[in-house]
Amino acid sequence: MHTAAVIDYGMGNLHSISKALKTVSPNANVIVSADKKTILSADHVVLPGVGAMRDCMAAIRDTGLDETIKQVAKSKPLLGICIGMQALLDHSEENGGTDCLGIIPGNAIKFPRNTTRNLSDNLKIPHMGWNKVNHLYSSPLFDEIPQDGRFYFSHSYFSSNVGSEHIIATSEYPNPFPCALKWGNVVAVQFHPEKSQHAGLQLLKNFLNWDGKS
Amino acid sequence: MGLAKRIIPCLDVKDGRVVKGVKFVDICDAGDPVEIARRYDKEGADEIAFLDITATSDNRDTLAHVVEQVASEVFIPLTVGGGIRTLEDIGRMLKAGADKVGINSAAIFNPEFIKEAAERFGSQCIVVAIDAKCVSEDGQTKRWEIFTHGGRKETGIDAIKWAIKMVAYGAGEILLTSMDRDGTKIGFDLELTRAISEAVEVPVIASGGVGTLDHLVEGITKGKADAVLAASIFHFAEFTIGEAKQHMQNNGIEVRL
Repeated sequence: MHTAAVIDYGMGNLHSISKALKTVSPNANVIVSADKKTILSADHVVLPGVGAMRDCMAAIRDTGLDETIKQVAKSKPLLGICIGMQALLDHSEENGGTDCLGIIPGNAIKFPRNTTRNLSDNLKIPHMGWNKVNHLYSSPLFDEIPQDGRFYFSHSYFSSNVGSEHIIATSEYPNPFPCALKWGNVVAVQFHPEKSQHAGLQLLKNFLNWDGKS
Repeated sequence: MGLAKRIIPCLDVKDGRVVKGVKFVDICDAGDPVEIARRYDKEGADEIAFLDITATSDNRDTLAHVVEQVASEVFIPLTVGGGIRTLEDIGRMLKAGADKVGINSAAIFNPEFIKEAAERFGSQCIVVAIDAKCVSEDGQTKRWEIFTHGGRKETGIDAIKWAIKMVAYGAGEILLTSMDRDGTKIGFDLELTRAISEAVEVPVIASGGVGTLDHLVEGITKGKADAVLAASIFHFAEFTIGEAKQHMQNNGIEVRL
């Protein structure tokens, strides 16, 4: 039986992501787990996340799951979502600077405060709501998802200094920033597919169908 | 710029049931929050807000259960407000599947609560709800103050200063309700909305007073809100969310269609 593990390191809303995976793959065994063996024996692994980076990384390290995630990243399809995406990078400038897992070279930086425009131009931080996702390459992750389809974002930091060959999609706020990355068998998205209605569910379905190679 | 302005229908929930009438032809049980949420999701709501107006805290778990049911089949952001007073309350709602919580009176009684909540759960899920009323006389410079208890109790706190303080404490979004306009159907208090939206860096959701689709447009274009919240125009099926979005788009506002 196909097993998908959602890594539970004690932060945030895991109900939605597990229900969304279950919805797109009713026959799969979807497990929310903090157990290393369970995670390592799954076919697909999701690293979700909400909250602030310092607590997120502390929770990942305290539970000893950092090594587990690194092992997963070498061996099977792994999907990082939101903070779970940023946690895969080397470093985040959130909370005065936080070292992350160092799986994908790059770092998370904050959206710059807008000094030239008035706040009334509505470039608010957090970047919150439904934004367009522009696919740079054809990727199995975006199969049957229209170019410029909208996904739900909720974040103040974004991935930077990532090799352009690893950026599979961007979004604009107001400048383009990477919103989907691919590093071997690891993919990561800044938006929340589990909160992005049809497009989001399609992306999760694509992930569960992905062999981690193409 | 690609970020869409949001339309957020709001459901008033009491003891696990939606209390304001809902007149959808194809809904069997107008009081069932799950069925209504499903309907709004289908119509294209960008988020759904649940406001718990349950009088006693005994029934709070009922709402968590409702959220859990909705989150099991509706995959858009859910915000839950009403009676959120402790970190445990927030944790319970997020665990049930809520993405954000709206905090109102608890922030007024203890502003530090917002700091603690943002630090623990992240600013992106902490929405501070502000109920404001105009307190200046005609002809004076406009001033608004925070009111509690459904607009009956004044606090003497200036609404703009309060919004700035709450954002400094970690609020990731402001849900702004004009108590002068709430229930009137004459439109948002646009001056108030604009004043708050221009004062803070975080997104502002305008609420209170929507009676027509033009009111939604004005909330964005004149009030400078990032999202608009409405209850009755959608509950009574005067307009669908799809119609509202189409109208906004026709008026040059970027929406998710």
